[in-house]
Amino acid sequence: MKKKNLAALLMAGVMCVSLLAACSPKEQSSQPPSQGGSDVVTIKVGGIGPITGDNAQYGTATQWGAEIAVEEINALNGPIKLDFKYEDDTGVADTAVAAYNSLKDWAKDAPLVIYGCTTTAPCVAVASETYADRYFQLTPSASSPDVTNGKDNVFQMCFTDPGQGNAAAEYLKSAGLGTKIGVIYNNGSSYSTGIADAFIAKAKEIGLEVVATSTYPEDTTTDYTVQLNACKDAGADLVFLPIYYTPASLILAQAKQMNYAPTFFGGDGMDGMLDMDGFDKSLAEGLLLMTPFNASGTDERTKTFVETYQAAHNILPNQFAADGYDCMYAIYEACCQIDGIADMDSAQLCDALSALFTGGDFSVDGLTGTGMKWLTTGEISKAPVVVKVENGGYVTQ
Amino acid sequence: MEKKLTGSTLNQRKLSRAALNGFINYGIVIAAYLLIQYLLSAGKVSNSLQSLLVPTCCYIVMAVSLNLTVGILGELSLGHAGFMSLGAFTGITVSILLQNAIPMTPVRLAVSMIAGAAAGALGGVIVGVPVLRLQGDYLAIVTLAFGQIIQNIIMVLYVGVDENGFHITAGSGRFDISADGTTIIKGPMGAVGVTKLASFTAGFVLILVTLLVVQNLVNSRSGRAIMALRDNRIAAESVGINVIKYKLMAFVTSAALAGAAGALFGLNYSSTVASKFSFNTSIQVLVFVVLGGLGSIRGSIIAAALLYVLPEQLRQFNIADYRMLVYAVVLILVMLVTNNAQLKALVGRVLPKRKGVAGNG
Repeated sequence: MKKKNLAALLMAGVMCVSLLAACSPKEQSSQPPSQGGSDVVTIKVGGIGPITGDNAQYGTATQWGAEIAVEEINALNGPIKLDFKYEDDTGVADTAVAAYNSLKDWAKDAPLVIYGCTTTAPCVAVASETYADRYFQLTPSASSPDVTNGKDNVFQMCFTDPGQGNAAAEYLKSAGLGTKIGVIYNNGSSYSTGIADAFIAKAKEIGLEVVATSTYPEDTTTDYTVQLNACKDAGADLVFLPIYYTPASLILAQAKQMNYAPTFFGGDGMDGMLDMDGFDKSLAEGLLLMTPFNASGTDERTKTFVETYQAAHNILPNQFAADGYDCMYAIYEACCQIDGIADMDSAQLCDALSALFTGGDFSVDGLTGTGMKWLTTGEISKAPVVVKVENGGYVTQ
Repeated sequence: MEKKLTGSTLNQRKLSRAALNGFINYGIVIAAYLLIQYLLSAGKVSNSLQSLLVPTCCYIVMAVSLNLTVGILGELSLGHAGFMSLGAFTGITVSILLQNAIPMTPVRLAVSMIAGAAAGALGGVIVGVPVLRLQGDYLAIVTLAFGQIIQNIIMVLYVGVDENGFHITAGSGRFDISADGTTIIKGPMGAVGVTKLASFTAGFVLILVTLLVVQNLVNSRSGRAIMALRDNRIAAESVGINVIKYKLMAFVTSAALAGAAGALFGLNYSSTVASKFSFNTSIQVLVFVVLGGLGSIRGSIIAAALLYVLPEQLRQFNIADYRMLVYAVVLILVMLVTNNAQLKALVGRVLPKRKGVAGNG
């Protein structure tokens, strides 16, 4: 017995050591050579997002998308180079603050820009820290207005939740879709609740009839027949799903099983459904969704991005990855326009970037939109695009 | 009178050992506080460590208070984060309500923490009164559910204050707050825009208060009754110990301290969501308690401090991608090492005093 114990101890020890040994030769993320002429300024970009835990798929997408952009930017040999590091926050606010502080330690006195967080609650917590410490912050995907509210240094690359809800209602009105509308949303998610609340309020205002509203508590729910039946019984011919694609795929499958075939309409969280493992794409036929990014887009930049992303990670990029990619270009192009950036510290850079972003003249072209500008509130203004799933791909409406 | 005098030497020695153990715990905490304060003033503490100070204090209090239920009362609680959650959201609400009434930050923080403790205690009474009457694993099951229920309730709770008074509704539908009002808790978005009141000193004081409460309870007549219940319920009942009273005393104290820790935790971040206080957090605290040693207060303090800081400190090494894996392996190692008979014998030889002492320090 004692020997067994000792053997177990030894094995655990060996595991630990071998793990350390296996990881140590690996270099930390993509570190650009900081040589080059004296003209080249290196800006440190610290990313935060969940790469472990329940929301890991979103964090890894924003990380990988940004990494591709950083590689491209550093290969441009422009006046600015980006030094990128990504920290895990597991989707939790206190871990995100710890991750942010470790990025501050990493940057030391070098100018640092914060890229993140991916999810809303951690982003609100980090945003109030960066506001107090004066670091410029650009989030790819934290969509609540609370993220930017009252902070002059925080900007979003994605639509805000209420903005998306309003846009969805207006689109339905103008396209003449859905005489009776049902809404199914996750009342445990700020993203989902934020869109749904705004949608319902806007629908009432512009005269759309919402006949059923039903909720479920978390994205790990597997049975949605109650919610679907509520919509079916109310006679809804269009069901609005401001939710993520994992629960949405189950809703589509269960609706088919119960022979309920309304038009389904989703938000940007729906993007990525077609690439799910084992998902029957025929279920999504006719699905409408609002997404800023279309991975089957035909323009050169999107094609290159999708190819590089697929080659590196073997999956199609979703809008999180595209938003991440655009964030890096927004930071890069903004930094290129700032005079005397070489002598700036993080706080000066923060003020200069914030002034530029809110100045009204600065705009960026990216994968998720062209001529993207920011409002003084930190919100982005770009046109929402509605796509329809046809033959397993997106068709812009 | 005479009866008390007999064997007083034995009693005194036992008491003094317990008291000494208690004083060592205070000493460790005070020394750690002074050391960190010194390092802070010398500017030698990294940003990441600085940001961990307050949450570490909260988790130490969580671990010590859970140890009261699990180690000293001997009942398994799987919903300790539920009490933390109650404390956090109550503390945040109270701190915002009193924003104008009490401008002094430390006083407002103290009042909020007391309110958090009261909320935790109330939760403890609600869970404890029916469940502690039962024998067996019922407390584990009910506290597990309790943590989940609290999380789900706060997720649909909308709380705000405006010139018409205090608003609280379930669901956003009937929540009509005026434009000038302050929304405190917004359902799934949790509490946002919280002014940070927490400080390391507040955390230090909370640990001292926790130690004072728990150690004095354990070393009192009531504490001995509680431990007697843990060791043999039937024997304890046969000598006239009121089972419900003492169980409830330990459990509610534990819940109240968790509530206070929750209030401090909630006031350390500008946003707090209910899902933070999930089953995982309860288990995390339970891991601190088990690895620190059931019934050992000092073990809980050390385990909570080290194991909370460890995964964050692993970030700075090249193994950052695998830090949670390393963390898990470390947990396994700690478990094996602390239970290894040979190592225990070795420690016993080096420190012969410790031999045979049931750890209640």
